[in-house]
Amino acid sequence: MIRLAVVAIAAVTLIALVGCGERPQVITYKQGTYQGKPDTPPYSNAPFNGNRSEWDKAIATRNQNQNEYKRTR
Amino acid sequence: MARMKFLCDAERCIECNGCVTACKQEHDIPWGVNRRRVVTINDGVPGERSISVACMHCSDAPCMAVCPVDCFYKTEEGVVLHDKDLCIGCGYCFYACPFGAPQFPQAGAFGVRGKMDKCTFCAGGPEKDMSDEEFKKYGRNRLAEGKLPACAEMCSTKALLGGDGDVLADIYRERVVNRGKGGEVWGWATAYGRPEKGATGQPPAPPGGQTAPPPTGGKS
Repeated sequence: MIRLAVVAIAAVTLIALVGCGERPQVITYKQGTYQGKPDTPPYSNAPFNGNRSEWDKAIATRNQNQNEYKRTR
Repeated sequence: MARMKFLCDAERCIECNGCVTACKQEHDIPWGVNRRRVVTINDGVPGERSISVACMHCSDAPCMAVCPVDCFYKTEEGVVLHDKDLCIGCGYCFYACPFGAPQFPQAGAFGVRGKMDKCTFCAGGPEKDMSDEEFKKYGRNRLAEGKLPACAEMCSTKALLGGDGDVLADIYRERVVNRGKGGEVWGWATAYGRPEKGATGQPPAPPGGQTAPPPTGGKS
């Protein structure tokens, strides 16, 4: 009888432990912190190759192209 | 540093949908996804107004706040981007966004939502700049080429402006002063914050004597 109880308890324990063996299926994350891949600044590659001032200049020129008051003067 | 923003001048938008087409063509956007669209208010009624709407790249973006997997990030230029490898397509960002910017392509036969897709300000995403991988996931990276978003640059009436917020505010202010009306910028305060009291400079009064409020920049 005791042997049966021990076997039963062992079986139940084993079954209960199976649940702990499940691999996590969701990514782990910290609230409020970006968890994805890092990105590089837009001026880091060709044609600017890290030259930020050149990139700023290109963007500023394009920006002003949207102002027809300046373009038509 | 430039804070990238969009500004739509409702006085100029003629609902041509050129911005929508430019965006679709530039990024090879699939059928059913509209990163940008034109909304017309009081359609057919005299005085109707049209506005081009997409992600406004908010200063304090609600999509970033609600994302359960934190897949959003903001670049130093103020562009709100996300990592599609991390997105689970839950749709929280869609409910949080005041502009309806997040789009979800149908991913399966039973209408299952795919990973979120939205306007990137033509800045690509967290992949190698100008790579095929980046283009497939996020579209073309025009910022890395030293260009501004295709929608704004293609706009025939220059109703849609995109770029450095300070420059856009100057361009718009000059316009309003010249035409003497239409100083309200739809969505600007929602996206970029309301002006702090006394923080915004009023433009000089237009010749007609009408007031011409500036695009109230607020926080940037």
